[in-house]
Amino acid sequence: MRDSYLTRLGRACALVAIATQGLFGNCRAQGVLDPQGPIGSAERLILLNATAIMLVVALPVIVLTLAFAWWYRASNQRATHWPDWSYSGQVELVVWSIPAMVVILLSGVAWTGSHLLDPAQKIPSESAPIRVEVVSLDWKWLFIYPDQRIATVNELMVPAGAPIELTLTSATVMNAFFVPQLGSQIYTMPGMATRLNLLADHPGDFPGLSSHFSGDGFSDMRFVVHALSAAEFSAWLARTRDQGTGLDADSYAQLARTGGAAPIQTYRSVDPKLFQHIMHETVEQ
Amino acid sequence: MGKLSWDAIPIHQPIPMAASLFVTFAVFGTLGLVTWKRWWPYLWREWLTSVDHKRIGVMYVLLALVLLLRGFIDAIMMRSQLAIAAGGAAGYLPPEHYDQIFSAHGTIMIFFMAMPFMIGLMNFVVPLQLGVRDVAFPVLNAISFWLTASGALLVNVSLVIGEFARTGWLAYPPLSELQFSPGVGVDYYLWALQISGIGTLLAGINMVTTILKLRAPGMSYMRMPVFCWTALASSMLIVAAFPILTATFGMLLLDRYVGMHFFTNGGGGNVMLYFNLIWAWGHPEVYILILPAFGIFSEVIATFSGKALFGYRSMVLATLAICVLSFMVWLHHFFTMGAGANVNAFFGIMSMIIAVPTGVKLFNWLFTLFRGRIRYEVPLLWAIGFMVTFVIGGVTGVLMAVPPADFVLHNSLFLVAHFHNVIIGGVLFGAMAGYNYWFPKAFGFTLDKRLGLISFWCWLIGFYLAFIPLYLVGLLGMTRRMQHYADLSWQPYMIVAEAGAVIILCGIVATIAQLVISIRTRERRRDRSGDPWNARTLEWSTASPPPGYNFAVLPQVKSLDAFWSMKQQGGIALPQRYDSIEIPKNSANGFVTAFFAVVTGFALIWHIWWMAILGLLCAALTLFAFGWIKRVEHEVSGAQLAEADRSRLRGST
Repeated sequence: MRDSYLTRLGRACALVAIATQGLFGNCRAQGVLDPQGPIGSAERLILLNATAIMLVVALPVIVLTLAFAWWYRASNQRATHWPDWSYSGQVELVVWSIPAMVVILLSGVAWTGSHLLDPAQKIPSESAPIRVEVVSLDWKWLFIYPDQRIATVNELMVPAGAPIELTLTSATVMNAFFVPQLGSQIYTMPGMATRLNLLADHPGDFPGLSSHFSGDGFSDMRFVVHALSAAEFSAWLARTRDQGTGLDADSYAQLARTGGAAPIQTYRSVDPKLFQHIMHETVEQ
Repeated sequence: MGKLSWDAIPIHQPIPMAASLFVTFAVFGTLGLVTWKRWWPYLWREWLTSVDHKRIGVMYVLLALVLLLRGFIDAIMMRSQLAIAAGGAAGYLPPEHYDQIFSAHGTIMIFFMAMPFMIGLMNFVVPLQLGVRDVAFPVLNAISFWLTASGALLVNVSLVIGEFARTGWLAYPPLSELQFSPGVGVDYYLWALQISGIGTLLAGINMVTTILKLRAPGMSYMRMPVFCWTALASSMLIVAAFPILTATFGMLLLDRYVGMHFFTNGGGGNVMLYFNLIWAWGHPEVYILILPAFGIFSEVIATFSGKALFGYRSMVLATLAICVLSFMVWLHHFFTMGAGANVNAFFGIMSMIIAVPTGVKLFNWLFTLFRGRIRYEVPLLWAIGFMVTFVIGGVTGVLMAVPPADFVLHNSLFLVAHFHNVIIGGVLFGAMAGYNYWFPKAFGFTLDKRLGLISFWCWLIGFYLAFIPLYLVGLLGMTRRMQHYADLSWQPYMIVAEAGAVIILCGIVATIAQLVISIRTRERRRDRSGDPWNARTLEWSTASPPPGYNFAVLPQVKSLDAFWSMKQQGGIALPQRYDSIEIPKNSANGFVTAFFAVVTGFALIWHIWWMAILGLLCAALTLFAFGWIKRVEHEVSGAQLAEADRSRLRGST
């Protein structure tokens, strides 16, 4: 009897575990709680710290609300009733102090966090940084490597461990560049350049997307960041330079004109002034 | 006819066509029924031309409930789309339709559900709580309501003729500029909100004037019920913030109609200007909605705890602090725009500071419950549900006020879950609490308790089931406004969220059933006392429903919770003498002006210039013509007032 009861309990647990796995199990594969770089990790830490600080007050408030509501029900003969009690200086003092102290603590977190994790701030590293110019188009992402003089569409190759210095603009409406596992997102705006610095600790594939609605094809504005080892990255560079076409004014115009999702694509060469040209052109329109 | 042609009717798209047929039948069905039953004279006399603040309040709430249905249909369509459109699946709503639905959902729920609900409750309750006979400007009040209704009508006309905006509920440029949105959708959005925005501004001015200038004798500021304070703060925010919205939309309209360049990509325009302006209105707007809800909870919790509200002065101070601070935090809606660390940190900290007065309010409600004698009526349950739910929404809100946390949460479904958490858990729960609380005052009979409880539990459980998964999937990196997604691991969350929406649907059905059944069984739910909840404030001292003039003789206020003190001192004595009073006559001004506003708005949307000029001219003439009417009030004699009071007392004993 006892065994079978335990077995059954075990089976039930296993079922619950599988169901939970179905719902929560994939957390490991993606998301801001599974960061793969220093920016994302620091942001997750701030997120968890801030939540913990607030829960210290929030949980007791929730519990007390339910406890008071239950204990002071009209039918409870044992509960005390103070019909005219509506002011207490001491209570008021505590009531203003508790949220004030929490906010003071969190303000410190916010102030230091904002400065340490300013998206425009370069990430110190021993590895040489890689510069990428990002252009959001209808509805795809163009990545220009000004130093390597190549470009890609909807796929961002970076060397793992090297700081990624992104300069971003939009050739159309606004979008936002976001790779949840690497951290900070930033808007791309026509005629303006925003800056973002990220770093992938290890080789891996990290999905990215546009997080600011930009029209009918918005849902397809996905891309993947492939962080490669240094050797793999050099090999990829060499391969890319050897194949396909270059990105000049004509082929850019064609790329920008075609609406809708685009396949992954690479360009063996690119006009180094293209990014400046796009920013300028958007303003001239 | 400008841009208008037969192509504007969506004959070839089955879902929009079904929606427009449904709307057409609903509208013409209602009109037909009213005609067939010969209700027009009654409707015209008692409602459409009424300038009574109570009638106008009821019409506001009715408008809000109808548009809650429309907004909810949009919501459940979106949830169904996302429950199936995973992996390679495209779902059943194409992007151009899906984008209209989420834009309409946000626009309707904020501007035409939450706003009219709160303004309606304020309209009904505030003059009664202040112990006066009407708002400061009764005819203006009717104009405000009908202009709001005009905006709501225009948004729904877009279902049948043309299309609605596909740009999200705030119509950010450059997407909303002519270059990227050449259709009439954005114009429907802009003109509907311009027209209703004028109505809202006028309502705010009216309410501020009423509270500052019209109060019963003896009602000093510190004897005003807390709900009046929150109504005052909310209305002051309306007066300060809505002109910004009108100006911002005005600039976008100039861009779209005459080729100006405020927010365009080229010609020197800058989208960042729009972001700053729209949120300089948008963040105060959040508090315009939530402050009256805070007021409702304060009244409800005090009444059903059988205690005075704890820390009244703190509550007033906290309300005013929120009112001021709400204008200093707008930038937290776009931390990811690339402003420097100092700017982001400043606005992050300012946003957190608002949590202090809000936290104080929660503690004060907690201490109002403490040592109370709590009666579990429906309004109180909404209040308890609010206190628990709102704490969670507050925590996630302060979390996103930390700029680095916002960098990974902004625009995700976590953000969507957060603002639904505070808008449903705060504003909607408050509106439902107020609806259940003041309904017996408005109609003289109580609402069915059992169905009220079912509605509450469905909403509460449905809310958590629908939005906790959104918090989680937001942390996984899913962003808002996606029409389909590739990642199959997000789908289970979307299916659970859909189940939550279905449970909320049950809550809405229960609310409708509660109303219908309560009306049918009203004879045995009559409340002849005028005070069914043993409440504390002056609205409960008069009859239910109150007579057109509210109070035959204005009450003398000697303390906070004036009606409670009267009851403690042995009840209300009949006045010694009754003086004759003057009350405003009905006026068709609001209804007629609003009719021409709809004509003008529709004409402008479709570029039918002759009709726009004609409509505007007629609206102006209407206002002008009504200005010439001299006899706008009629007299009620002292004898009539005395007789009404005496018969009421006979009835209640």
